[in-house]
Amino acid sequence: MKSAFRSRAHPGFWAFIVHRVSGLLLALFLPLHFWLLSQALHGPAALDGILRWVDRPAFKLAEWGLVVLLAAHLAGGVRVLMLEFLPWRNWQKALLAVAAGCTIAAGAAFALNLV
Amino acid sequence: MTTLQVSVWRGDEAGALQTFEVPRWPSQTVLDVVTAIQRDMDPTLAYRFACRVGMCGSCAMTVNGVARWTCRTHVAKVARDNRLELKPLANLPVIRDLVTDMREFFAKWTRAQGRLTPTRTRADDFARIAPDAPARAAANAGIECIGCGVCYASCDVVGWRPDYLGPAALNRAWTLVNDARDGAQQERLRAVAGDAGCQSCHTHVSCTERCPKQISPTAGIAGLKRAVAKAAWKGTL
Repeated sequence: MKSAFRSRAHPGFWAFIVHRVSGLLLALFLPLHFWLLSQALHGPAALDGILRWVDRPAFKLAEWGLVVLLAAHLAGGVRVLMLEFLPWRNWQKALLAVAAGCTIAAGAAFALNLV
Repeated sequence: MTTLQVSVWRGDEAGALQTFEVPRWPSQTVLDVVTAIQRDMDPTLAYRFACRVGMCGSCAMTVNGVARWTCRTHVAKVARDNRLELKPLANLPVIRDLVTDMREFFAKWTRAQGRLTPTRTRADDFARIAPDAPARAAANAGIECIGCGVCYASCDVVGWRPDYLGPAALNRAWTLVNDARDGAQQERLRAVAGDAGCQSCHTHVSCTERCPKQISPTAGIAGLKRAVAKAAWKGTL
């Protein structure tokens, strides 16, 4: 018998979901990122053309999303490393709150920089 | 008189929920509800219990979607709109109704070298272990496990890969890793170091969240990961 959704309704599991989803989305983004960088190999004109093409609000918003994903994945990863490699203490939820705070701060800072 | 609408799993894996109307009384536990059904409504209902006081670890079930020890779970805490849904523990084969086959659960304790391998005989003196020694404190933190299977049923990794040893067996291994009297340290670390062992844990912390004895198997599994890493670094694994 499979366990019910309700059994997963706790912060540790939400953190896992955020970490997994952000990781998958970042993995999907990486090929695009490398492709864009590879345009520099065809000379400055090709790269500049693409950079001009992506210089529009929708891409800025996507860029913000990317920063939030990166921040969430990084903070979540540091959280897991601290949980597992530092001597154990009862701070799972405190670490989670700090990781969430760092993510929100990074997202807010980048958004402020955009406007 | 207030009554509870109780949906109870009947049959094996291919079974279905059957609803009973059970009288509600003060300080009623979920186990009281199951016993009331079995005694007054349907004597064929299969379930397990023994001690009724949270020591034996045999009465765990899925109550409204969450694995719990039913003898120490008050209806007042878990019922929603006077409704209860009782199913057998997840991640274990269902034998009948609320009874699961726990053989694999306990076989994994054996696979995780969950037994003490003594280094002394009865002719030797007592081992002298300071109660406040860090290793003893780490062992004490996990030693009160009653083997109820709540952590195992709550663990998603167990659901994903059936050979994963699971939180209870790994917690047991961790208490022995910290036992100065044990002489099978290398075998135990090897037993828990593989893909089916501690490295598979994703630190969802579901086991820690649900353990009725407030043990943190996640702490033990993290400790095993560190011990395995240390042994691998030193080349002693």
